Amino acid sequence: MKYGIVRFPGSNCDHDAFYTASQNGTAEYLWHKDTTIPKGIDCIILPGGFSYGDYLRCGAIARFSPIMREVVTFANRGGLVIGICNGFQILTEAGLLPGVLLRNSSLNFVCRDVFLSVANNTTPFTSALKPNQIVRIPVAHGDGNYYADNETIAKLETNNQVVFRYSDAEGRLTEAANPNGSINNIAGIINERGNVLGMMPHPERYSDDLLGCSDGKAVFQSLELFDKSNSAKMVEPTSY
Amino acid sequence: MNTYHATITITLRKGILDVQGKTVEHALHATDFPMISHLRIGKYVELTVEAENKTTAHSLVEDACRKLIANPIMEDFSISLNELQVENV
Repeated sequence: MKYGIVRFPGSNCDHDAFYTASQNGTAEYLWHKDTTIPKGIDCIILPGGFSYGDYLRCGAIARFSPIMREVVTFANRGGLVIGICNGFQILTEAGLLPGVLLRNSSLNFVCRDVFLSVANNTTPFTSALKPNQIVRIPVAHGDGNYYADNETIAKLETNNQVVFRYSDAEGRLTEAANPNGSINNIAGIINERGNVLGMMPHPERYSDDLLGCSDGKAVFQSLELFDKSNSAKMVEPTSY
Repeated sequence: MNTYHATITITLRKGILDVQGKTVEHALHATDFPMISHLRIGKYVELTVEAENKTTAHSLVEDACRKLIANPIMEDFSISLNELQVENV
């Protein structure tokens, strides 16, 4: 799997994403002003950070970067896209994922480990995980409170588009386990087509045993599995 | 072409709990202002726009709000427009 890591002014998880992607496949950086996506990229990562200083709203300005036009085209052709933290915010602003990330209900920036319960393991991003498996992944955000109108939430739930939920260590979806007030403890979702993932927690930060936890590696291992199963591959080789 | 000055007020949509507003309201209640309620905190944006007339100016600003200045999924906005006299531009 070849990853493209987009760097916006203010991205600060690009190195971690690059490191993790390189451990599992190959990776290269993409610049926010780029107007093309190099041939051979299978998966684009929009990393965490504070793109454009979070001015106006998180992700609102990054969404208008030249590279984002290409990312939208790439996603619409079936290319795999992961938005982590600020990347998730950018994906919602760009309309690639529904809903929005509001200010944390506590009004505090939350930086700690959380437990996630795997709500859908049938995606290209989660196939190496078991249903309802609990993983420990760090969060670090001030605006991670997932919100969408009732109709959108119902649709997400019906279509099995919720991929991760905040839980306690036993998998209970409690209010205490929810670090930001997200509706239905939502921590990560995919689009209807299943090729765009947005999640507030940072799997790339827990993807090496040296860090004391490598639960996040499963996302990248899943993508490698997906890459090897040619029949399920969605991107036509000639697209990029 | 005329120049218009727009002021835009952005608040969280009515159905969304404004935690910051609530916190400030509670703090006011804890001091000398129990009579204050429905406090909401938002953003203020001002800009100038050139357009043929006020209707066009309003529709341009509204379009800019929908596309970037506000996020209609979570925010409501209101626009107030005034034509600027040349010496004020």
